Amino acid sequence: MKKKLLAAIMAAVMVAGLTACGSAPAEEAAAPATEEAAPAEEAAPAEEEAPAEEAAPAEEAAPAEEAAPAESTGETIKVGIINNDPNESGYRTANDKDLKAMFVAENGYDASFAYSNKNDEQIAAAQKFIQDGVDYLLLSAADTAGWDSVLKDAQDAGIRVILFDRTIDADESLYEASIVSDMAKEGETAVEWLKGQGLEEYNIIHLQGVMGSAAQQGRTGALDAAVASDGWNLVTQQTAEWNAEKAQQIVQSVIDSGESFNVIYAENDDMAKGAVAALDKANIPHGVGKDVIIMGFDCNKWALEELLAQNWNYDGQCNPFQASYIDDIIKTIQGGGTVAEKTIIMDEKGFDATTITQEEVDAYGI
Amino acid sequence: MKSKETNKSSVAELFSKIVRRQIFIPIAALLLLAIFNLVTDPSFYKITFGYNSAGNPVLSGYLMTILDSGSELAILAIGMTLVTAATGGQDISVGAAIAISGSVILRVLCGTNSRPETLQAPIIVAFLAACIVAMLFGAFNGALVAYFRIQPMVATLILFTAGRSIAAWINNNELPIINEPSFGYFGGFIPGIPIPTPFFIAVVCMIIIALVLRFTNLGLYTQAVGINESSSRLNGLNPAFIKFLTFVILGLCVAVAGLIKVSRFSTINYSVIAKDIEMDAILAVALGGNALSGGKFNMAASILGAYVIQFLTTTLYKFNVQSDALPAYKAVVVIVLVVLSAPIVREWLSGVWKKIKPEGHVKEVG
Amino acid sequence: MNRRGAVERRISMLAPRCFYKIEQIILGVNTLVKEKAVLEMKNIHKSFPGVRALQGVNFTLCEGEVHALMGENGAGKSTLIKVLTGVYGKDEGEIFLKGKDKAVAIHSPQDAQRLGISTVYQEITLCPNLSVAENMFIGRTSGLCQNWKKMNTDADRILQSLDIPAKASQQLGSCSIAVQQMIAIARAVDMECKVLILDEPTSSLDEQEVEKLFGLMRDLRARGVGIIFVTHFLDQVYEICDKITVLRDGKLVGEYEIKDLPRVQLVSKMLGKELDDMSDIKGESKHYEGSDQSAPVFEAKELVSNAGIKPFNFYIKKGEVNGFTGLLGSGRSECVRAIFGADRVLGGSVKMNGKEVRITKPLDAMKNGIAYLPEDRKVDGIVGDLSVRENIILALQVLKGFLKPFTKAEANKFAEDYIKLLGIKTASADTPIKSLSGGNQQKAILARWLLTNPEYLILDEPTRGIDIGTKIDIQKLVLKLASEGMSVTFISSETDEMLRTCSRLVVMRDRKVVGELSGEELSQSMIMSTIAGGDK
Repeated sequence: MKKKLLAAIMAAVMVAGLTACGSAPAEEAAAPATEEAAPAEEAAPAEEEAPAEEAAPAEEAAPAEEAAPAESTGETIKVGIINNDPNESGYRTANDKDLKAMFVAENGYDASFAYSNKNDEQIAAAQKFIQDGVDYLLLSAADTAGWDSVLKDAQDAGIRVILFDRTIDADESLYEASIVSDMAKEGETAVEWLKGQGLEEYNIIHLQGVMGSAAQQGRTGALDAAVASDGWNLVTQQTAEWNAEKAQQIVQSVIDSGESFNVIYAENDDMAKGAVAALDKANIPHGVGKDVIIMGFDCNKWALEELLAQNWNYDGQCNPFQASYIDDIIKTIQGGGTVAEKTIIMDEKGFDATTITQEEVDAYGI
Repeated sequence: MKSKETNKSSVAELFSKIVRRQIFIPIAALLLLAIFNLVTDPSFYKITFGYNSAGNPVLSGYLMTILDSGSELAILAIGMTLVTAATGGQDISVGAAIAISGSVILRVLCGTNSRPETLQAPIIVAFLAACIVAMLFGAFNGALVAYFRIQPMVATLILFTAGRSIAAWINNNELPIINEPSFGYFGGFIPGIPIPTPFFIAVVCMIIIALVLRFTNLGLYTQAVGINESSSRLNGLNPAFIKFLTFVILGLCVAVAGLIKVSRFSTINYSVIAKDIEMDAILAVALGGNALSGGKFNMAASILGAYVIQFLTTTLYKFNVQSDALPAYKAVVVIVLVVLSAPIVREWLSGVWKKIKPEGHVKEVG
Repeated sequence: MNRRGAVERRISMLAPRCFYKIEQIILGVNTLVKEKAVLEMKNIHKSFPGVRALQGVNFTLCEGEVHALMGENGAGKSTLIKVLTGVYGKDEGEIFLKGKDKAVAIHSPQDAQRLGISTVYQEITLCPNLSVAENMFIGRTSGLCQNWKKMNTDADRILQSLDIPAKASQQLGSCSIAVQQMIAIARAVDMECKVLILDEPTSSLDEQEVEKLFGLMRDLRARGVGIIFVTHFLDQVYEICDKITVLRDGKLVGEYEIKDLPRVQLVSKMLGKELDDMSDIKGESKHYEGSDQSAPVFEAKELVSNAGIKPFNFYIKKGEVNGFTGLLGSGRSECVRAIFGADRVLGGSVKMNGKEVRITKPLDAMKNGIAYLPEDRKVDGIVGDLSVRENIILALQVLKGFLKPFTKAEANKFAEDYIKLLGIKTASADTPIKSLSGGNQQKAILARWLLTNPEYLILDEPTRGIDIGTKIDIQKLVLKLASEGMSVTFISSETDEMLRTCSRLVVMRDRKVVGELSGEELSQSMIMSTIAGGDK
């Protein structure tokens, strides 16, 4: 009994801790952390007295009358959002910001957030949200495996699950929809663009992300295919682990060795930035109409500005703005409709330095 | 003949003396790497003079890359050596602490706007702020170790875990970018000087620590405390305060390393900046032949050890070794060097040398 | 070897009378000697960088004898024993054991243990955080599994049979040092050893415990165990030993029957010179001449620390030598630690030259001119990896301040001066202090405190575990310092040392001051009766 209690407290503290760590904005950091922790504590005793579905949202005085969340347009919808650590990358930061902007009281949501890059912590957070009786569980899983049982629990409790950004290895019936980027398609778009440049020869420095990640696999796959089919030359193919400094050292090493190259294909903007720093140091011209073509991904705002200044050549989008898609799905379900497609692939663009506009930079930069 | 013989024996003696010297280990490692590179590709040592894209003169080549990229590590090795000597433990939070101090620098320079047109404060102010913050975090670690007697690895685990989130929080989770070119000098080149600035900063740090060790009793006190705390106390020392002090000094080193790191790209990536640098810093101390269990230390050997690590990294990049396999190679080096540094092996080595020498002499005579 | 020679000589004298019989006797003696020798070490050489620790040393140990290994510190006793137990490899020489035809190779302590050579060192080498039983059986189990219950009952049986006041399940660290020492011996004894080496086993035992240990040694001797006994206590040598081997400067001086070697000769052989220094010291006046009216240099009132002593009063005057005496654990060390601020002071007041001062930490005491040579040289005294020079200058350096290090030349001068003054045997001032012998380490620590030129010097067991020559040196030094006006508190478990040096003794029992002796009262019997109290 003691052990169980202890475990429960630990879980609560952990989730509270995660939210506290994750919710970054300076002035708000302390406040939301405690606020978010508060319902967690209150929910526990409530659950003992009443079934989970009836547990009242802590902040609202009015109790939820219906167990099912059907046609409760006037009610706030309670969502639990499990995401990766927003500090992981600019992409994740933008993603988190987008979600935070969408799931607010004005839009009829009561949202709780939990952040972790570790699967087991995420699962613990999911269990917590299920206990709290959220209506929707939004999930960007750290790892693809291990989610079956907890999603089943959610289903049994009548909670709808929507996956975003990342898919999982679980039965499709366990979730309503999965909103993802198609990394392979991102890669293909970029490689198509590169083919279109019509260079006499392709000597490419390929900077990969953390090996095994979906983004790395998708973006590497497309380039590898083109190298095999079109006889392009890979001067070096190295993982810089999304790290600008490693990328700089790798490119520096190629420069020091004296080998020539005319394309840098970096799988994110940070690594492209690192590569450019090495080029600048060696005074190798890069960008539109110059010696070396620079390609990046993720469409950071500063990267798009580099495109606008014609220092870089191409940037592939990896759309972090899933909130509107999720909102659409929730609206559909609340309205009694069904979601037509389980897997929804977001629109993603590739930007060319020669055609990009300031409006696009403002709209798509993250 | 006779003079030759005495010559021989004195050579043998000299050799065994050198073998026993602590700094022999990093020197041997450096020579090994240097010879390996010389044999496989002498162009490794080529240094070329050129101009970077900003029109400033720069020296480039693998050796310059080593001096440039190894500098943060060398600076950290200074602090880590002191912490190791006094506490017999290591600080594993330096990477996270660099993220924090880097973040502080950017925060002060940017003010509230993450993309300022002009600096909101002089760089020196930002740097001093970072020094204060980093020393405070060092003091936090130091207090846990010295006054609460928590094992250093465990005590610093706290900051290791939380540090990068704190760093992100300082800048509201935004990624500030400094456009002011003079900020880039610290991680790049000062116009007109072709040697990378980080190396100058490292040299300044080395000179400062050499002066401190020469003109204060820091060395004697930390070693005495590390070897025999109880005896040190009875000799009027305050062991807890000295341990605390070493952590604060390490904090200062962290702030300097942080300045170089953020200056390299004029921005920061909280999750990857100075990633795993703590392990390299500890490795540098070990490579310098210093006992990780504390006590006597050799500062020069530690610093040399740091550059040896960078030498190894650069060599591996040159040979296109997958960068995610680097830790494995480092592990091999660690094993070899730790075995080499064991007193038993070194005694055996000098014994073998003594045996070989007379035989060689006999052959010559015959 | 000597003995056999003597026997042979005697036999040859008898030769003309009955030749046949003699031949038989010679044969008999030969086999006898061979059979009785349980251990023979021949022509052992061992060098360390800068030191030739052993040069052609022979040593023979017979069954059922207690053999004292004597010599000054640095004479090579410890090295010889470490060679025998496999801690050091030997450069040259052979070791023979009974029952083995060829010379045995001992490369590690495990080898030695397998061959039946067990050792109990001066410093406890057991694990204080394990239980008594675990310590006795550690590293000796055959399989992976351990029968804890059996181990505990076995241990209890052995402890009982040796009359050691400890329980098998007790944590070793909770036993007194003396009991720990006896447990170490019990562990060695239980290992069915043929050769038992006791390296300074009595240095932390009180008289009764020594007696108990001797009983144990006699018992083992009767069972045929050969015991090598290393000690600095001459009384103990003459009480228990059968033979003495004397080493000096790494060379063998000789092997003697105990009855053939009077004490004075033993001491002179150890020192390599005729010795009348002992009587010198006795002749010197120990009477304190200072007038009773002079104010004390140091005075403590109701001083009490967190080390469990009762509040005590104490004073010392200029040029006086006094001491704390009492049985082991009576609180004499705790008193001086309280004076020096080494333990946390809980109450009481302290005056230095009549002025009230606050001493809460060692640095306060040092600033007030107090110096303290701690009881446990290894734990509280030396800073092992640092050089002799750094060890000598440490205290003065700390007093001088963090920002004012001595130059290399200054430090060297201090170190060289005191190395010469106290006759510290070391390869150089750069040698790590841990590689010095115990007595020389002690001298270096003494040098450290003398360098601070203290008004009041506290010496807690400065003579423990060091050779007789150094002991006398230190006693003489104490008297000399006092005559120059230094006040000295001298603690020693050898009462005659204290009687020789102190003019006043504070007697302690059960962590309480129970009396003070001076003048005519200073005698062995008075001390004994004061320690014993009225009930004895």
